[in-house]
Amino acid sequence: MRAVLIAALWLASLAAGAAAVDYPVVRPEVSIDLPRDHGAHPAFRVEWWYVTGWLEAIEDGKPVTMGFQVTFFRVRPGVQENNPSRFAASQILFAHAALSDPRRGRLMHAERTARAGFGLAQASEGDLDVRLDDWSMRREGAGDGEAILARVAGRDFAYDLRLLPTGPALLNGQRGFSQKAPDPRHSSHYYSLPQLAVSGKLTREGRTLAVSGRAWFDHEWSSEYLPETASGWDWIGINLADGGALMAFRMRGKDGAALWAGGTLRRADGRVEALGPRDVAFEPQREWTSPRTGSRYPVAMRVRLSTSLGPLVGELTPLFDDQELDSRRSTGAVYWEGAVVLSTGGKELGRGYLELTGYRERLRM
Amino acid sequence: MSGMRAVLAHAFLGHLVQQPGRALMSVLALALGVALGVAVSVVNRSALDEFGRGLRTVSGQADIEVRGARGGFDESLYPQLAQRPEVETVSPLLEIDAKPLGAAGEGGGALKLIGLDVFRAASLSVALIPPPAQGTGRGERTAESARAPGLLDEDTLYLSPAAAQRFGLASGDAIALQSGVGSARFRIGGLLPAVGAGQMLAVTDIATAQWRFERLGVLTRIDLRLREGVDAASALRAIGADLPPGVFVATPAQAESQAARLSRAYRVNLTMLALIALVTGAFLVFSAQAVNVVRRRAELAFLRAAGITRGALVRWLLLEGALIGALGSLIGVPVGYALAALALRLIGGDLGAGYFQGAAPALAFDPWGTTGFVALGIAAAMAGSAAPAIEAARSDPALALKSGDAADSFARFGPVAPGLLCLSAALAIVWLPPIGGLPVFGYAAIALLLIGSVLILPRLARLLFARLPTPRAPWLALAVLQLRGAPHLATLGAAGVLAAVALAGAMAIMVGSFRQSVDVWLSQVLPADLYLRASRAGESGHFDTAEQVAIQSTPGLARIDFLRHQSLLLDPALPQVALIARPLTADRAALPLLASVTVPAGSIGVLASEAMQDLYGWQLGQRVRLPLAGREIEVVVAGIWRDYARQHGAVAIDLATYRTQTGDMRVNDVGLWLAPGADTAQVARALRARLPADSIELAEPGEIRKISLGIFDRTFAVTYALEAVAVAIGIAGVAASFAALAAARRREFGVLRHIGLTRGEIARMLGAEGALVAVLGVLTGLATGTAISLILIHVVNRQSFHWSMELVLPWGTLALFGSAITLLATAAAVLSARAAMQVDAVRAVREDW
Repeated sequence: MRAVLIAALWLASLAAGAAAVDYPVVRPEVSIDLPRDHGAHPAFRVEWWYVTGWLEAIEDGKPVTMGFQVTFFRVRPGVQENNPSRFAASQILFAHAALSDPRRGRLMHAERTARAGFGLAQASEGDLDVRLDDWSMRREGAGDGEAILARVAGRDFAYDLRLLPTGPALLNGQRGFSQKAPDPRHSSHYYSLPQLAVSGKLTREGRTLAVSGRAWFDHEWSSEYLPETASGWDWIGINLADGGALMAFRMRGKDGAALWAGGTLRRADGRVEALGPRDVAFEPQREWTSPRTGSRYPVAMRVRLSTSLGPLVGELTPLFDDQELDSRRSTGAVYWEGAVVLSTGGKELGRGYLELTGYRERLRM
Repeated sequence: MSGMRAVLAHAFLGHLVQQPGRALMSVLALALGVALGVAVSVVNRSALDEFGRGLRTVSGQADIEVRGARGGFDESLYPQLAQRPEVETVSPLLEIDAKPLGAAGEGGGALKLIGLDVFRAASLSVALIPPPAQGTGRGERTAESARAPGLLDEDTLYLSPAAAQRFGLASGDAIALQSGVGSARFRIGGLLPAVGAGQMLAVTDIATAQWRFERLGVLTRIDLRLREGVDAASALRAIGADLPPGVFVATPAQAESQAARLSRAYRVNLTMLALIALVTGAFLVFSAQAVNVVRRRAELAFLRAAGITRGALVRWLLLEGALIGALGSLIGVPVGYALAALALRLIGGDLGAGYFQGAAPALAFDPWGTTGFVALGIAAAMAGSAAPAIEAARSDPALALKSGDAADSFARFGPVAPGLLCLSAALAIVWLPPIGGLPVFGYAAIALLLIGSVLILPRLARLLFARLPTPRAPWLALAVLQLRGAPHLATLGAAGVLAAVALAGAMAIMVGSFRQSVDVWLSQVLPADLYLRASRAGESGHFDTAEQVAIQSTPGLARIDFLRHQSLLLDPALPQVALIARPLTADRAALPLLASVTVPAGSIGVLASEAMQDLYGWQLGQRVRLPLAGREIEVVVAGIWRDYARQHGAVAIDLATYRTQTGDMRVNDVGLWLAPGADTAQVARALRARLPADSIELAEPGEIRKISLGIFDRTFAVTYALEAVAVAIGIAGVAASFAALAAARRREFGVLRHIGLTRGEIARMLGAEGALVAVLGVLTGLATGTAISLILIHVVNRQSFHWSMELVLPWGTLALFGSAITLLATAAAVLSARAAMQVDAVRAVREDW
């Protein structure tokens, strides 16, 4: 469920020729087969590999906490597929990275885009290996040695992180078939790797810090994602303090009401429960208005879940308010994506990321 | 003291106000010179600005450009450069000169099509990236606008506003562009509003451009931005060292100056022509002021007697000249800008020479050129006033007040040494090489030649007139005696004639020689009966093997020569060199060879144009390396040929050799020889039937010759115009000086009337004087002009454009021109005599007594 979909907006302004291409349909009977499905699925229209998480470091003798996000995004725009040129833009890669540093008080972000080819940009099939110039995300090792390596270098910051899985993959929806709207054709193949142990280096303001933390990895691919009637979505991915994991989302209609909702809850004991549209509710508690774009985001929300073990209610509190991403100058996207704490009655349940899209305008895919 | 100054100001400057007619000619002549200079300078500035804007539109924020010849280089260089550690962003580009077909192409010329990778170019060339689809906002975009084509869509291109206007196209329209001899159809996706109003260009996706124009695997340019903190100069060296042959790095500024260099020689020559108008203007000021001080002898002597020092007198007279120059400049500047605007609208920024296609420049403000020509206008007027001012200061006031005879005026300007010094200096420096590719010493030699000739003119006049026999008719005898007695006065008029005749004559000889040589050259390079070419516009038109077979199987052809045009970049600081692949083994006579040697067995021989000798120092028989298809091959310069078509150099190589070396089987031009008895029209029909008719051109050598000479004449039209102005100013100067001299000699006419000469006889006497002076000016002018034309042909042209030509003296034209000048001068003398004799003889004699 990813904000980077917003890149599709940009692609829509570059290519409209998708109609001529037959994209594969996402089907519930197709099961996810790892590690093969870590790799790219170039026939599908859109695909992303997405990491969000919290970082801890010691700077000037004091502990600092930050949020980070890195995404690699692949799109098949459905143009130039018969063009024999090596430049043919049949696959386009987009990468986006952000850093939420409370000391700075707002997001820093960087991005790269390229058509696949020439060894400069590629998303390999068969296993996770995505590269875009000097940015990359790849998987190495197996078993206990398995790790995802993410590397980005922007103007304001750079990081080189090693993410170690601490449990099996979490298949969202029905064994990885994740429905996004009442019509099942709006769906995706979707799995997550929650509770990743992070270690690595972060460079910002010319200083390099050793960092550690917890992260969440998502991999999702689809051909038809958003229904026409959707205006945006709210999404969370939370690493629970007890070792469990929670993913929940709602798709909003033009009136702001939920069109659809869903989620996945993994308990500390490893039991996984899929949550349906009636099991997930988001209730805005406090709005923050962006001084740049004027958009109003419900940065504090109450999440209400109905689980097989009874209701679960938690409050989402942002690390800081201004985690808006304003990329009007490049992709044109404006949304809020930031580090949040999930708590109940003042007790911290977990930490993760909240994504709020469509609060400025409707997204189009 | 201020009261004195007011008196002086009244005496000198007031003189201009009270008798504006006398200064008017000078002011107008200088205005014309300044106007022409400013116009040429402004047009050049406008064209270069627009050209530079065009280059910057493409290069945008790039630090470094990697460029090859027009034919491009292998795209594998792109990932190599992208992976270099010093590089941050790399933008691959494929630039194509495409020819629009059909209605849109009518008279529109070529379109510069830029194939780019939007993701890579986005941060470097912002102006070339189509803006997001219009609408009230992304959120509110309708289904329609969302489906508007984008840059990545097949066969979509975006036009600059100027190109859309030129071809009459709007968003959504279709346009066909020539590709090979076929056409690629495109849809206009929209406009590029950020591209400057003067830029004619189109943008499409790089993959589309490579595919549709059959340039798969080829790039013509890569723009780079360096990482922060990387030293540009060392990165430039490091990257340059790793590039394949024929591919070079440059900074955008270097690229711009290199592009400006394309036309620099032509622009400098135009500026020199404009300067000629100013020089003749200065001569006019000299004549007018010389006569002026003679006429005002008494007045000036009175001022001297009243205590004005010589220095002050000179300063005031120079100030008078400066004022004339300033007035001329004041009129000249707006006229110059108006002329420039007119020229830009009617003939374009290159003044008809074809250097700046694809740009429609807007009038630019040119502060340096304008200030420069205003300063030159004032300087010319002051220079023209200098000699008369010194002469006025020199004369003894008591004598001048008393006798009032002007006969000994300027007698001192007779020493011959400075003149001879100028002439020998001219002879010495003319052999020096160009500076920065410009014939600086050639121009200096011309100036010295002109000044030297004018300086030795009084001595020549004395020698010549002393040898004239004294005729029997009294009026004629008086004329000869007058010239013998005061040759220096007569030379005031003759100097103007000399300058005008020399400059105009030199241009006539040079242009005549050039045209004759081009004519001969055209018949040498066009030996076939019929010529076929794929397109006028650059490399987008060509014949593939299949079409070549179709041409070969056309009935009625005895011989077929295929020609392939490519270009080479041998030196990043110099414009591209044309590479012409054509059959050479059969007969080299197809090229106008000036010299040749036999090629050693096993070597590849090429024929180089004269420019290759001048620009790259190639010698006959020398082994040189040519970058072909990404490799360097060694070739031998087997011959030097004359090429008037490509001033930046051309190399001819045998087509078969070229094909073996490069694997490039395409051709652009075809020379066709008809079989005996075959009919041209029939063969042309057969060819049109076999090939797509709307993208080929068939021409007979006669037509090509006519078109080529038409282009030649158009290029020189501006030259002719400037030359005519120079002559007009020269003749005006002659007329003015005669009129004024006649007025100054009214006393003498009175005496002559007293001793019995009729008015008619006096008029005839003055006519004879005028004719003799004019003949002197014309003869010396022609001699100087011939010498100048030799410098123009062998130094200025050779160093500017790198081609030689045969000297042809257009005797008839020169004789006619000389006679016309003599007649005009005579008529001017007679008319001025008539005017002078309106005054009663008695009063004329009494005037000073």
